[in-house]
Amino acid sequence: MAAREPSAAHVALLEKLIGALTSKGILTEAEIAAKKSATEKASPETGARMVARAWTNPEFRTRLLADGTAAAEEFGISLAGNPPLGVLEDTPALHHLVVCTLCSCYPRVVLGFPPHWYKSTAYRARAVRDPRGVLAEWGTMIPAGTQIRVVDSTADYRWMVLPVQPEGTEGWSEDQLAALLGAEELVGVALPKVAKAQAA
Amino acid sequence: MSPEFAAGARVQVKNNRPETVMRLHLRTPHYVRGRQGIVLRALGRFPNPEDLAFNRPAPEKMLYHVLFEQQPVWNEGEAGDTLLVELFEHWLEPVEG
Amino acid sequence: MDTAPSPTHHDLGGNPKYRCTAVEPENPALNDFDKRVDALRVVLREKGLITTDEQRLKIESLPPEEYFGLSYYEKWLKAMAAVLVSRGIVSWEDVS
Repeated sequence: MAAREPSAAHVALLEKLIGALTSKGILTEAEIAAKKSATEKASPETGARMVARAWTNPEFRTRLLADGTAAAEEFGISLAGNPPLGVLEDTPALHHLVVCTLCSCYPRVVLGFPPHWYKSTAYRARAVRDPRGVLAEWGTMIPAGTQIRVVDSTADYRWMVLPVQPEGTEGWSEDQLAALLGAEELVGVALPKVAKAQAA
Repeated sequence: MSPEFAAGARVQVKNNRPETVMRLHLRTPHYVRGRQGIVLRALGRFPNPEDLAFNRPAPEKMLYHVLFEQQPVWNEGEAGDTLLVELFEHWLEPVEG
Repeated sequence: MDTAPSPTHHDLGGNPKYRCTAVEPENPALNDFDKRVDALRVVLREKGLITTDEQRLKIESLPPEEYFGLSYYEKWLKAMAAVLVSRGIVSWEDVS
């Protein structure tokens, strides 16, 4: 499924805007191309690696929870000029779910582009009111005794979840652990799952 | 400057709806207006987005992470489920007692 | 105290109109237009010519039929153009 194509009017608006900005010497096509290519490199793999390290290294875990921005720097990711990163610690008694009801705030630097569903009207409206119903659509069932805490990204921070490490993965390498994590797990709509094949 | 509200402080979100009178850019969702919550922690000082949106000087305000119980907000939901929202100091009032 | 309805269409948290709307789990890749608009925004922001807050205000100011009808990046583009005209960096003639 491809993203919806823009209307001709919007394509024309974009080109006129860029044309005006370039002819006034405000920016260049090369700057836009360079930024496009740099942005494409960001992906949930970064967040996954950060969580995997937190699962295997208690000192890093402490640093990650205390200051997500500084922890990202340890992976060579600078958040300079970007909003600070906050990391939400899940426990067996507490599950976090991240949303931005007012727009689409998302920790892009460590997770890449926000998924289409994260930006959707249905998710933005329902996540704060019916988190269990929303999670059920992903097949994620959180026990009644576990608190769901919905985190609405309303201001300057961007939030990522540090899920509970799944059972059966003790002693796994960081790479193996990172492979269990995608945007869904790092936003909290899904729990990291050990596939039967991996568990063997 | 130390935060006005300590971790654990009970606060009330102002019940104002100024956006019904004029166009504004507010980052306090309607569903917490008039609600009581508990401050988890102060998140730091940031320029007020309500001013930045209009390209005018934006004084820094303290941002708090405030925790609310789900059920009172919606009259539905699992007991114990919560909402955690970033709110600026000027939307919060202390609750006595 | 019941929660009163949201006073603005963008303040969507808990909006009962969508309580039965399924969240579609697909995540289609961004197309070239999307990526170009996205890149343009970052370049403008890094040059101090636009802030996220100004852009958000313009998006929130779109009428409901556009807010819910245009694609995500079509809205971003309209909002960016509006901010740049508001700031006098380009004129409406430049983008017409």
